[in-house]
Amino acid sequence: MTADSHALVTAEHTPIAGLSHDRRGGISNPVLGMLLFITSEVMFFGGLFAAYFSVRANAATWPPEEFHGTLQIFPLVGPATVLLILSSFTCQFAVWGIRRDDRTAFLRSMTVTVILGITFLLMQGTDYTALGSEGLTLSSGTFGTTYYTLTGFHGAHVFGGVIMLSVVLYRGMAGQFSARHHDAVEGASLYWHFVDVVWILLFSLLYLLPGR
Amino acid sequence: MATTTLTPAATTYQTGLYAWLTTTDHKKIGIMYLINSFVFFFIAGIMALGVRTELAQPGLQFFTDLQYNELFSMHATFMIFVFIIPILAGFANYVVPLQIGAPDMAFPRINALSFWMLPLAGIILLLGFVTGGTAAAGWTSYPPLSEDRPLAAIGAGQDLWIVGLVLIGTSSILGAINFLVTIFKMRAPGMTLFRMPILVWTVLVTSVLVLMATPVITSALIMLFIDRNYGGSFFDPRVGGDPILYQNIFWFYSHPAVYVMILPAMGMISEILPVFSRKPLFGYKAFIFATAGIGALGFSVWAHHMFTTGAVYLPFFSLMTFLIAVPTGVKMFNWIFTLWRGKLSLNPPLLFALGFLSMFLIGGIDGAFSASVPVDFALHDTYWVVAHLHYVLFGGSVFGVMAGFYFYFPKMTGRMLNETVGKLQFVVMFIGFNLTFFPMHELGLAGMPRRIADYSSTAGWNDLNLLATIGGFTIAASMALFLWNVFVSLRSGAIAGDDPWEGNTLEWATTSPPPPYNFDHLPEIRSERPLFDVRHGRTAAH
Repeated sequence: MTADSHALVTAEHTPIAGLSHDRRGGISNPVLGMLLFITSEVMFFGGLFAAYFSVRANAATWPPEEFHGTLQIFPLVGPATVLLILSSFTCQFAVWGIRRDDRTAFLRSMTVTVILGITFLLMQGTDYTALGSEGLTLSSGTFGTTYYTLTGFHGAHVFGGVIMLSVVLYRGMAGQFSARHHDAVEGASLYWHFVDVVWILLFSLLYLLPGR
Repeated sequence: MATTTLTPAATTYQTGLYAWLTTTDHKKIGIMYLINSFVFFFIAGIMALGVRTELAQPGLQFFTDLQYNELFSMHATFMIFVFIIPILAGFANYVVPLQIGAPDMAFPRINALSFWMLPLAGIILLLGFVTGGTAAAGWTSYPPLSEDRPLAAIGAGQDLWIVGLVLIGTSSILGAINFLVTIFKMRAPGMTLFRMPILVWTVLVTSVLVLMATPVITSALIMLFIDRNYGGSFFDPRVGGDPILYQNIFWFYSHPAVYVMILPAMGMISEILPVFSRKPLFGYKAFIFATAGIGALGFSVWAHHMFTTGAVYLPFFSLMTFLIAVPTGVKMFNWIFTLWRGKLSLNPPLLFALGFLSMFLIGGIDGAFSASVPVDFALHDTYWVVAHLHYVLFGGSVFGVMAGFYFYFPKMTGRMLNETVGKLQFVVMFIGFNLTFFPMHELGLAGMPRRIADYSSTAGWNDLNLLATIGGFTIAASMALFLWNVFVSLRSGAIAGDDPWEGNTLEWATTSPPPPYNFDHLPEIRSERPLFDVRHGRTAAH
């Protein structure tokens, strides 16, 4: 996706197109585009978080009596959090790898990142099943609604990130990236870090912040 | 891909309809934005005529209460989300890369994606009419109205509305990212930020507003969808939710969205006034800072739509709303002093721009009235508000769109629109607009609430309502003139040439219509008016 936009911009139509329009130095077009996209995602989660704080502040007790102690860090959520944070590191190792043209390190770290991302999703699914059997569902009051909406949309973003990283991995295996040309890797890794940060905030909010 | 278009085989391959459907050229996409927006403009206009026809007399003559609710809800939804916002994005799509001397947008294929979401979303919204009823809770879709299926509306209309709006929002966000990267990274050599045309600046600020505000309404819409379909309880007070929460999140987007709907129109006006008064824009930098100021303040005024909820801090939001009048006043000053002692040529673009100035001024003064808390408590949800918003969005944005259309049509098609018909259209539209919406001030002050299908014949609102309906059909007549002008001029309009208006900015430095790659060569850019500098053989010191 990102690679071809260069080709279109600098196509050999005309002397003007040959001018250094997208070579103004600094950040590349796809990476700037991804940063702006992440800005919009921050605002999207901002809306959801605002709703969470609002209903939490309005509630008499939080969590409600019947769900006291339903959300547990162990056995699943805590380890899943560790795995997701680890995946941010492996993702960055992959970026550093391709920056110094070390494709083996890049591919190895990227593979680990994708596997960690998929594992997180599987663990989240398992956790959802367990919570559902304990009676916490999307329709069980504001507690259930906010919990599943926030974590669910985060999960959807992890899923999107895994697809993005898989495409990057596939293209990497096809040899499309080098130290000079790897905007897609930079963009996908920025997105992955963002998804990770959202989870750290969510985890702190849902699991660490004391109830009232 | 790019190189193959130069071969003859590729030209024969990409002809006609196929070339338009698959294009990633910002100019073709921009024109498709305009066509798509105008189609939905006429659909929404017919809905407005339905509303006005029902209100012409007391009593229910043509529609049921529910059908009336559907009509005004979908009229506003289409006008705001499928007409005004996209058509301004369409003008920006066409003009911005040309004005900054770029060959295309930064992400041409994402640009095509942004466009194609819009007709799809429009069709999804329209589908409500054939699936048992559209959304009928107003364009704001406040819960509990939008959650409990108002007036026994059945079918999936409200859900289709949510899906359509999320699609349009995604289209806007992708478009905003595209504009920002294009403006920051693709400017021609010599075009510094403070040599950018004003339209580019307004699109920049608009894009920031879209980028920061639109995702927030997406979150509100998704919460509404979860409430309606999956037993969620965000906005349901019976299980701990809060309907005011929806209003807060909704207006956190929808107030900045008001500036999304007006800033690019202001930008086009600011391109037109200097050209047709043969003077530079008075206070170029002041205008830019005023635009940025409106954008920044726009995020801190949303609760002035919620004064009567009793759940917002009135002094703060009232003060911030009054403050918005300051940068807006600066702009008025810029425009009036651009015209002052200028050599005016009263062509249709300038006429519509003058219409914008005068009507937007009335709408803005209405707004300052409503910013005052005690006044707002009296006027909230009356026809006064309907008058105010139409003076801003029709008197402002639509007059701006018309000005821009007459201004850029020669560039887009290579032919001029007929000037006499254009002037006639302006006169009819100006009269019709004021006949329709000025009486609504009176109706609002007389206490007529908005969003009602019927009213008492003894309330004293009969004559003004009839007058407004007559005005509505006068506007329709002006649109018929407009369509006729477009059709005739496309076939037999005068040939425009590259620069029919003696423009200031780079879009007039290439052919009409421009080639796919936009420019063979660019003039030297030493000021915000590179073509003026070329014509007068000077290297501007700026």
